[in-house]
Amino acid sequence: MNGNGKKIVLRFPQEVADRPIVCELALRFGLQFNILRASISPHREGIMVMEVIGSREKQEEGLAFLASRGVLVEPLSQDIRMIEERCYHCGACVGLCPTGALFMERPSFLVRYDPGKCIACELCVLGCPARAMEALI
Amino acid sequence: MSKTLRTYEEINEKIAKGQVVVVTAEEVIDLVREKGIERVAREVDVVTTGTFGIMCSSGAFLNIGHTKPRMKIHEAYLNGVMAYAGLAAVDLYIGATQPAKDDPLNKVHPGEFRYGGGHVIEDLVAGRDVLLEAYAYGTDCYPRKKLVTWINIRDLNEAYLFNPRNAYQNYNVAVNPSDKTLYTYLGVLLPRMGNAGYSSAGQLSPLLNDPFYRVIGIGTRIFLGGGIGYVVWQGTQHNPSVARNERGIPKGGAGTLAVIGDLKGMSPKWIQGVSIRGYGCSLALGLGVPIPILDEETLYYCSVSDEEILAPVVDYSHAYPHGTGEVLGYVSYAELRSGIIKIQGKEVPTAPMSSYSKAREVALTLKQWIQEGKFTLTKPVAPLPGVESGVRFKNLVERPVETSVLVGR
Repeated sequence: MNGNGKKIVLRFPQEVADRPIVCELALRFGLQFNILRASISPHREGIMVMEVIGSREKQEEGLAFLASRGVLVEPLSQDIRMIEERCYHCGACVGLCPTGALFMERPSFLVRYDPGKCIACELCVLGCPARAMEALI
Repeated sequence: MSKTLRTYEEINEKIAKGQVVVVTAEEVIDLVREKGIERVAREVDVVTTGTFGIMCSSGAFLNIGHTKPRMKIHEAYLNGVMAYAGLAAVDLYIGATQPAKDDPLNKVHPGEFRYGGGHVIEDLVAGRDVLLEAYAYGTDCYPRKKLVTWINIRDLNEAYLFNPRNAYQNYNVAVNPSDKTLYTYLGVLLPRMGNAGYSSAGQLSPLLNDPFYRVIGIGTRIFLGGGIGYVVWQGTQHNPSVARNERGIPKGGAGTLAVIGDLKGMSPKWIQGVSIRGYGCSLALGLGVPIPILDEETLYYCSVSDEEILAPVVDYSHAYPHGTGEVLGYVSYAELRSGIIKIQGKEVPTAPMSSYSKAREVALTLKQWIQEGKFTLTKPVAPLPGVESGVRFKNLVERPVETSVLVGR
């Protein structure tokens, strides 16, 4: 992606889930964004995972704007966690991870996790037989 | 038959004296490449193997001790998971794949299967209390009808793993050429061959290092779940008649082992409950077998490397579920282990279900036990059925049931 991209999780409470807010990041602040995941729960709350690309200053302004409109903004990296003591390093997740955030270290054949590359697709959560990958989203 | 270099007795004498030479099935590969079979066979006494993976055909026998008044248990649950009670009064068998009784299973597909028999076994091994609920119909000698209590492995009379089928000699590589995601025991298979699931320790795997069952047999002492176990029989579906390559390595799932071991000596590091999305619960287990280098031939077989072990690639969207026997091609464990295989011109990332690092650790642990004199080798009391036995894995031939039998059922 981009060197000055920042991955974030946006939570839209019921009152704002149906308003056009995210588009303002581009219109008002000139930010680019790449939506990695978006869903609306049965309680009509929305969750969106995106990478915001632009200068640090514009990013901060844009995210402050989202917060002012009632959107909860969190960095992505805290949302997918590896529970080390349950992982037995099979590598089932490695063959599913689309970004290489989970990878097999060689020659140790130990599974390593780089949260910086994670896009929270949660395929690892689905595929881990040891239930060692946890999504907090 | 090559000349006998040493006997079990001689190996055990060397173990007792602390003079035994042990290497793992991984270490022996380079050693043989460097020095040759003849020299290594003279120098090395034992080669240790190891595997760590999901082994569904596993379970444990428990004897919980008698209650007052006595009870002949008819139905039992451990942490909500049904245990088989069709044995004597207070004997139970908890199977690895039994889901909790209130599990939604695959009603909302793919099911999570959060807790099952494998997890109960893990909890017992870890020394955690487990809730037992038991019911009975009551008899004159066993009047009690209901029991709810905490149990703990330390208080059980016996708790031993008895696994009808472990340590499969080679296995399928699963791919999914269809357009929808599949949830299988070889993992989540992404559509359009988005990945390939496999499960074998390859060059470290016990039966791939003794392909013709020359030294592994009934009575062989093994590493099981971090404790001591024994091979007690050929495993279910043991199939020595599978086609083999020039090194004797079967080109698909072949031999299997039935094993036993004291649960009280095991560790949660080596025995762990698992949840396979959309498939079910099970047990991941570490198992290792020592191979005595009795002659050069034994060493030749256990110097096999991942490049020489081929596994069949099977379509799990059609060929496997319908049992057509069709194979898309063969790939080596060296290719599988590299992270990418090529199938029909397409590069496919591989997703192992068994842990190579843990398999290596099993072999290294067993090596250490033998070097420290904590583990001696046993000579099998009977061999496993080999190629010459004619034993062949059969499918079920269904027979139509007459209407007269069906009436009233």
